[in-house]
Amino acid sequence: MKKKQVLMKGNEAMAEGAIMAGCRYFFGYPITPQNEVPAHMAAYMPRAGGVFIQAESELAAINMVYGAAGAGARVMTSSSSPGISLKQEGISYLVGAELPCVIANIMRGGPGLGGIQPSQSDYFQAVKGGGHGDYRLIVLAPDSVQEMADLTMLAFDLADVYRNPVMILGDGNLGQMMEPVSFCKFRKRKLPPKDWATTGTAGRPRNIVKSLYLIPEQLEAHNRKLYRKFQTMKRREVRFEEDIPEGCELLLTAFGTTARICRDVVDKLRQRGHKVGLLRPITLFPFPEERIKEVSSRVKAVMTVEMNMGQMVDDVRLAVEGRCPVHFCGRTGGMVPSVEEIVHEAGKILRGMKE
Amino acid sequence: MKDRLIISGFGGQGVMLLGQFLAYAGMLDGKRVSWIPSYGPEMRGGTAYCSVVISDTSIASPVVSRPDTLIVMNSPSLDRFLPAVRRYGIVVANSSMIGHIPKLDRDIHLVSVPAQSIAEELGAPKASNMVMLGCYLGIRGGPSEKAVEAALQKAFVDAVKRPDLIPINRAAIERGRELAQAGNEND
Repeated sequence: MKKKQVLMKGNEAMAEGAIMAGCRYFFGYPITPQNEVPAHMAAYMPRAGGVFIQAESELAAINMVYGAAGAGARVMTSSSSPGISLKQEGISYLVGAELPCVIANIMRGGPGLGGIQPSQSDYFQAVKGGGHGDYRLIVLAPDSVQEMADLTMLAFDLADVYRNPVMILGDGNLGQMMEPVSFCKFRKRKLPPKDWATTGTAGRPRNIVKSLYLIPEQLEAHNRKLYRKFQTMKRREVRFEEDIPEGCELLLTAFGTTARICRDVVDKLRQRGHKVGLLRPITLFPFPEERIKEVSSRVKAVMTVEMNMGQMVDDVRLAVEGRCPVHFCGRTGGMVPSVEEIVHEAGKILRGMKE
Repeated sequence: MKDRLIISGFGGQGVMLLGQFLAYAGMLDGKRVSWIPSYGPEMRGGTAYCSVVISDTSIASPVVSRPDTLIVMNSPSLDRFLPAVRRYGIVVANSSMIGHIPKLDRDIHLVSVPAQSIAEELGAPKASNMVMLGCYLGIRGGPSEKAVEAALQKAFVDAVKRPDLIPINRAAIERGRELAQAGNEND
């Protein structure tokens, strides 16, 4: 029998997925285009026995996340670009203190207050660290309402496995869009007990959750420990989806909403007889650099499509290492590229190959 | 089957509900569906639109730049989206609110319905969107009646607890459907 489907917005599916994954604390501050997340949490979290607080600011919200995570709870916050910028200090502290949590950024155009329409211009901030210090987040990039739910569930387990914040990087389009979604019963991984959490000292010595290390030798050791975790993530957590034909000439790379649009681009170009493929990173950190490296040695060119002025394309170039030309096609400021304009750009590259 | 729609009108004319209604009914029929609203600092009287895709196969891009079907409830919407309609596409226009409908010289099928007047005649001035929906159903032959009925239940019982609104909305859908079918016969 087909699983029961419900028609939901991406934001709602993400919130519902979080509750199903055992998230019982949500702290947030409103901002378009992610307001359905706190709205859903406000309505349903109390019924699940959890706590929803609309904080007085983004700074307050992220530090409430620090508190709840430090006490060992499954906790989440969500915002959109300018609000995520405000949370960066807290995110750096969360990584430093090795606290698991889930942070969603439903991106809108920037910089500054920017606009409220969909964008992917916070890629750098998400994968290169928007806060200070030598740190990484696991960054998951859904491309459908179903993945908004599924990857959020996964995010909570990954956060606990690595004791590190995990970011869901969506955009306004994914947050606002409705698609059918079905929820599987969440099966939590076997995870070690959170014996590091500050839960009261009865019967045990006290735990300390902090990111302050005044002795350089100790801080260096701490940084090296974090680095080893990031290396483990790179070995174990790379996720991507690909559709690459035999003899592929042009490989498209895109994530989230633009990857969906690129699937139509691929179909259209194949109808015209071109051998075109698509690789969609699902994890933006760790990035599927090994796979892109392999594929780049047997294609003639790569084109990265994003809703920004060219951010992920830098990581694609690092992976390609000059084996073939890497082109970029993007719209920004809240503009969503059309299938037709991407086909046009790809067409120019394909014609160039023939000449 | 794959239909990419843009549904557009003034805020308050019910274009978002109309789009969600179609997506929901399509889902119940076992189709793949997506719905994207325009969102922003919009208000009653401003322009609002949504993109809907209903398809037998998985939906690549849910973003509709070139619709197969355009449902327009007011003049600015027709002006804005008409140039994007695909060849052999369909335009359903609310002639109560669109004074002048330009002559279409391309292969586009235009169905013009005085949806607002019909809704008012039925005593349900807010149901012009349902007249447009009926018209779409009459032209495209789907989603199924069973799915539409279930969508009525969801929209008026589950969401707003107003089962009393169902008969008049059902009547509005039927009027739209009749008009579309009469129009098709005249072609």
